[in-house]
Amino acid sequence: MEWLGVNVMDENNNILLNIQDIHKEFDNKEVLKGVSLSLHKGEVLVVLGPSGCGKSTLLRCLNGLEKIKSGDIKFKDKSLIQKNIDWQEVRVKIGMVFQNYDLFPHMTVIENILLGPLKVQKRDKTEANAQAEQLLDKVGLLDRKDAYPRQLSGGQKQRIAIVRALCMNPEIMLFDEVTASLDPEVVREVLDVILGLAKQGMTMVIVTHEMGFAKSVADRIVFMDEGKICETSKPDEFFKSPKTERARQFLNIFQY
Amino acid sequence: MQSLGIKAIFEGRNFWRLFEGLFVTVEIAFISIIIASLLGVIIGLSRTTKSKPVLIINRIYLELFRVIPTLVWLFIFYFGVTTALNVDISGKVISIIVFSLWGAAEMGDIVRGALQSLPIHQIESGKALGLSYYGLYRYVLVPQAVRRMIPGTINLATRMIKTTSLVVLIGVIEVVKVGQQIIESSRFKFPTASFWVYGFIFMLYFIICYPLSRISKKLETKWNG
Repeated sequence: MEWLGVNVMDENNNILLNIQDIHKEFDNKEVLKGVSLSLHKGEVLVVLGPSGCGKSTLLRCLNGLEKIKSGDIKFKDKSLIQKNIDWQEVRVKIGMVFQNYDLFPHMTVIENILLGPLKVQKRDKTEANAQAEQLLDKVGLLDRKDAYPRQLSGGQKQRIAIVRALCMNPEIMLFDEVTASLDPEVVREVLDVILGLAKQGMTMVIVTHEMGFAKSVADRIVFMDEGKICETSKPDEFFKSPKTERARQFLNIFQY
Repeated sequence: MQSLGIKAIFEGRNFWRLFEGLFVTVEIAFISIIIASLLGVIIGLSRTTKSKPVLIINRIYLELFRVIPTLVWLFIFYFGVTTALNVDISGKVISIIVFSLWGAAEMGDIVRGALQSLPIHQIESGKALGLSYYGLYRYVLVPQAVRRMIPGTINLATRMIKTTSLVVLIGVIEVVKVGQQIIESSRFKFPTASFWVYGFIFMLYFIICYPLSRISKKLETKWNG
């Protein structure tokens, strides 16, 4: 039995995020009805589901933008559900990108990116700047580093928002419908950046409506409906033969 | 030969008296604007609370200053309050008190509007970067709110400067009153003095207020362009 014990230990060490039976209410309406999920290091989890199923809320609970009613969230075996948890510290390690690419409009691209590293992490300016420029170069926007957000397209803004989160060197990245308000022709440039991250082994939780993208980027698909996880499958399985009737109906909507 | 009215401005100490009058105007307006801005920030922040009593008191305060003419407020304080409390306060101090209270009410509304107009997403993406509340206000919210406050604040400042012309009615000798005195005393010597003196005062107001509205325009285009 010795080998089994060791194996289980290893398995646990690999778990970055462990979500246990979390419940969340808005004005007495329950939007998360007991969600349990674990996220391994290097894993890409894609959460799918109809609008209002609670997938965005789930994501927002993971970095404390929403307070849960009951249950537990453990980040590297440390519970995030305690009275005096330092969310600032947690949020540095769990980066998040939103639907509305909320860059700060009064700052240039580079100022947006360096705000966290300099003011929150108190890092050295030259070092942080070098990393920011390297990341900008990777997403092909180094030449726009002194531009203001209003001078950029939606796709460019969203790529910058991703760089801004990455520049904090997070251990997990959360993506909340990051292409939902983009023009169709620029969706791809943003998804390519996320796909690149997946290849580098970044641990991610992605909420999206882009089915093709979900299929190619995910290690596991989590399908949610009405505040619960209906099924968790490998992407191939999920898209070919979903286990639940609800998932089948959902996938049918996306096919003409 | 009829003397040119413009000479009335340069007769004796008249030119300097006008500037002294202007100084009183600017002094009242300037001190009031500063006090109003400080109080206004506090009032504006307090108006973002959810506490009903605080909101109601603030609302009444603002509406009282909007509904009742500033002139009436000056009279209430200069004749009413001083008599009731049996204190002797100069017209100038009364003016500063009334203008500060009025300005603070309006400024509070400007601050509240600016803070409430900031999208919630800005707060959330600031938090997601790990900013503390202080950092959130210092780097994200206040800089944006200030930008949104500039047009309203400059507009209020010019209104306050112009409205100081009312303080003559509670005995404060400001630029318009000095002008009247000059016109009165030179009525026979320079019959057209009123045209020139008031024209000169017009210029003085313009010199103070125009740069303010220029600055406001500049900043707006700089930040929105």
